Amino acid sequence: MISIIDYGAGNTKSLQFALNKMGVDSHITTDKTIIEKSNAIILPGVGAFQDAMHALDTQNLTSFIKQEAATGKPLLGICLGMQLFYESSEEDGETKGFGFLTGKVKKIPNDVKVPHMGWNNLHKYRNSSLCKQITDEAFVYFVHSYAATDVDTNTLVASTAYGMRIPAIVQQNNIIGMQFHPEKSGATGLQLLANFKEMIA
Amino acid sequence: MLTKRIIPCLDVDKGRVVKGKKFTNIQDVADPVELAQRYNEAGADELVFYDITASNEDRDIFVDVVEQVAAEIAIPFTVGGGIRTVEDIHSVLRAGADKVSINSAAVQQPGLIEEAAKKFGKQCIVLSIDAKQTEDGRWAVYIHGGRKQTALNAVDWAKQGEALGAGELVLNAINTDGEKNGYDLDLMHAVAQAVNIPIVASGGAGKMEHFSQVLQPTYADAALAASVFHYGEIPIPALKAYLATQGITVRPIPH
Repeated sequence: MISIIDYGAGNTKSLQFALNKMGVDSHITTDKTIIEKSNAIILPGVGAFQDAMHALDTQNLTSFIKQEAATGKPLLGICLGMQLFYESSEEDGETKGFGFLTGKVKKIPNDVKVPHMGWNNLHKYRNSSLCKQITDEAFVYFVHSYAATDVDTNTLVASTAYGMRIPAIVQQNNIIGMQFHPEKSGATGLQLLANFKEMIA
Repeated sequence: MLTKRIIPCLDVDKGRVVKGKKFTNIQDVADPVELAQRYNEAGADELVFYDITASNEDRDIFVDVVEQVAAEIAIPFTVGGGIRTVEDIHSVLRAGADKVSINSAAVQQPGLIEEAAKKFGKQCIVLSIDAKQTEDGRWAVYIHGGRKQTALNAVDWAKQGEALGAGELVLNAINTDGEKNGYDLDLMHAVAQAVNIPIVASGGAGKMEHFSQVLQPTYADAALAASVFHYGEIPIPALKAYLATQGITVRPIPH
């Protein structure tokens, strides 16, 4: 069972539908006993960085999720959820994130249209079980205005190009981030979620 | 490389997809979930569902449709029509929509865009503008399905919408809509010069050439159409193959 952390508004239903299709049971929840019992945690991604961290702090979930991550439980952050794993973000003023990953979240430079919205291709950096059956240059759906910068290149699994190099899939042990929406990326996205499922004990 | 998007638009009345309101003889076309699935398989990059029902009772049917679509297809979709409040937005997002398109209510109450963008994120708030060219060559903004002219100029309103927090614009040209003679390139160009958010062109698609024209770099990022897709006049796989030959980057059809 997977816990999808419910930290406010947004489309978490689609993620749950995608997991249902793969036969994975999930709960959209903030209940610690459910989260503790689950085999993996997903931080979905809609909204703003500061609001999301504030919502997690208010429900005492920030330190709890850190503890859960420390046990080695797979943690997947999608879009904003991935951004929350970094040290900080400049969205709505400097805000601290979980700090699982080295790097800072910054606005995509204005020399391209912002938000980065639509289907863009993945350039693989290294082989990872996360990319099993994913062809090189496969297209996934992005929609975001901020992106991780100054990341540790050892964590980079795949990137995309949009005005800058945008980390698209990152992994550091049990901490995984996807800047795009796998639940909205057609067959490619469902395969990526299936690969994540394979990691779950 | 970020690809240009092809977006079929589905008008939904009482739970069924019908022909657009600009067309006479409204008739039943298809089941929304089935049609969405068909477009997904054909390689549509996104979908738009437009609620053309009026009563609250029918609105609940529409939200059910949104949820059924979200359960069946794994590509993004926008929902529009009759969105007036933050609660309306919340209910369709909760049902599984990715973006919400706001038209008349944004003109009457610009604060709605700002409040919604803060609450749900800019990326899911789409400002839809119905524009009609006036004699002096500018574009007037219309509301209530093109029936009521406002004092707003479309280019200024687009800029204001971006400042309020809209993450995307849909520009529907009333002059060209339903004519099948091509999109209003001048409107797309004028707005594209003024804003730095993605633009979806709407109104006027009749031939494949119209798509390649409007998807050139200085116009639109996505092209929306209804009847040419619903009636199979332009199959999406053929359209994408054609666009690729014209040097326009599109997402390949999924296998």
